[in-house]
Amino acid sequence: MLTLTCPCCGVTVEETELAPGGEAHLKRFGPGSTDEEFETYMFARKNPKGVHFERWRHAYGCGKWFLTARCTATLEVFGSYPAQTTEPPAELIAKIKEKRPGWEGYK
Amino acid sequence: MRRYSIFAVAREALRYHAGWEKAWASPEPKKRYDVIVVGAGGHGLATAYYLGKVHGITNVAVIEKGWLGGGNTGRNTTIIRSNYLQDPSAAIYEKARSLYEGLSADLNYNVMFSPRGLLMLAQSEHEVRGYKRTVYANNLQGVETRWITPGEVKDLVPILNIEGPRYPVLGALYQERGGTARHDAVAWGYARKCSAMGMDIIQNCEVTGVRTARGKVVGVNTTKGEIDCSKLAMVVAGHSSVLAEMAGFRLPIESAALQAWVSEPIKPTIDVVVMANLVHGYMSQSDKGELVIGGGTDGFNNYTQRGSWHHVEQTTRALVETFPVISRLKMLRQWGGIVDMTGDRSPILSKTPVGGIYVNCGWGTGGFKAIPGSGYAMAELVAKDYSPLAADFGLDRFKEGRFIDESVAAGVAH
Repeated sequence: MLTLTCPCCGVTVEETELAPGGEAHLKRFGPGSTDEEFETYMFARKNPKGVHFERWRHAYGCGKWFLTARCTATLEVFGSYPAQTTEPPAELIAKIKEKRPGWEGYK
Repeated sequence: MRRYSIFAVAREALRYHAGWEKAWASPEPKKRYDVIVVGAGGHGLATAYYLGKVHGITNVAVIEKGWLGGGNTGRNTTIIRSNYLQDPSAAIYEKARSLYEGLSADLNYNVMFSPRGLLMLAQSEHEVRGYKRTVYANNLQGVETRWITPGEVKDLVPILNIEGPRYPVLGALYQERGGTARHDAVAWGYARKCSAMGMDIIQNCEVTGVRTARGKVVGVNTTKGEIDCSKLAMVVAGHSSVLAEMAGFRLPIESAALQAWVSEPIKPTIDVVVMANLVHGYMSQSDKGELVIGGGTDGFNNYTQRGSWHHVEQTTRALVETFPVISRLKMLRQWGGIVDMTGDRSPILSKTPVGGIYVNCGWGTGGFKAIPGSGYAMAELVAKDYSPLAADFGLDRFKEGRFIDESVAAGVAH
């Protein structure tokens, strides 16, 4: 069973208390963007077999969105961080690189 | 290849069954093939089979990282139906269902297709309206389905509790020609015929890279060395994004775990397939007597072939309420498969940004029923660059907003 820590209220909860929200850090382009950019934002997903940055909502708790780094091949959770950021925090990336030396990094 | 027949059984019975051949050869890869199909599951093998049978292309290799039919082909609940809402879906799923009818004779391999009938229960007013709409759509599409009353449902499935306190059965969408088939036999039957046509089925051979030159595919790197090809068909379901990444493009796919489980074997109690989409569960009985049960998909990306426990609990609880007679049964086995989900819950059969590479993926939670139709359309697409059955399932539909929305029509049980 997947357990995540909500960085907003600090509680560690299991997945039935959470709502998954898909890939994190998707970049939405402004007015005047091309069809390709909008299609990429809407549909193209990394869907990696390995380290995945994703959105979760503490639906049956504080109700806030937060972000998580998790390995889709092992279900290992590397850590959670607040959603008010455009990329993962450096210390989390360092922690993942330590555990997954072959990982190509966040891109 | 020697034909399987009653005479073959009689002949072998007289000589201690020592004369059976291997069903398919396991050769080492050649240097070059016209077409390489990645993925020896049902869809990949069917693609190869119809490439040979319909289009005469037999210089084909089917590459598989694990063993034949060991992915979702061996992990599904074997349901076959074609009662979809949209026209392109009805066309390809009905093609598949009709090919299943003659598949045992076509392959000379008993796939145990059992058109036992399939019910989709309506347990809310919304579902009643939705399924009646599907019946009307199906009748226009030439797919034989009809709406039946709670009384008829009870006659077909006596163990069903139609007066459930929370979710009474208000009727059902009934496809008499739907049913089940033996999942392994479908893969094995196709593999045997492909091998007989001279195709190479290469197991335990993982693709580690896709080689391209001037925007066109030239071959793949595998754990058994480099293999060249003119065309490459990616038919790898849950791992489609991983393979697409090797070729340098992204797909509108997310992979998640879907689970199924079976009960201990019991005497025949239910001779149709029942899907209860409102309460998230579906059930049929296998020839061994086990009740085969499936439920919901996890909402998060996952490649581990293990699903979340609460789906097992929710689905079993829903089915116990629907079929009170099963409440004392023990569950025997439980497993998960990685399904490739698209946003509109319709598959992708398409050319790709890389020349000579074709993808067949996105079947999500309902690929088994589509195997023959999917293979038929994919083979045509690979051979001729165009297939009328696959035309609406291209990758361009996402850019153009031309979705084939089955996420509402199909409900949870797909």
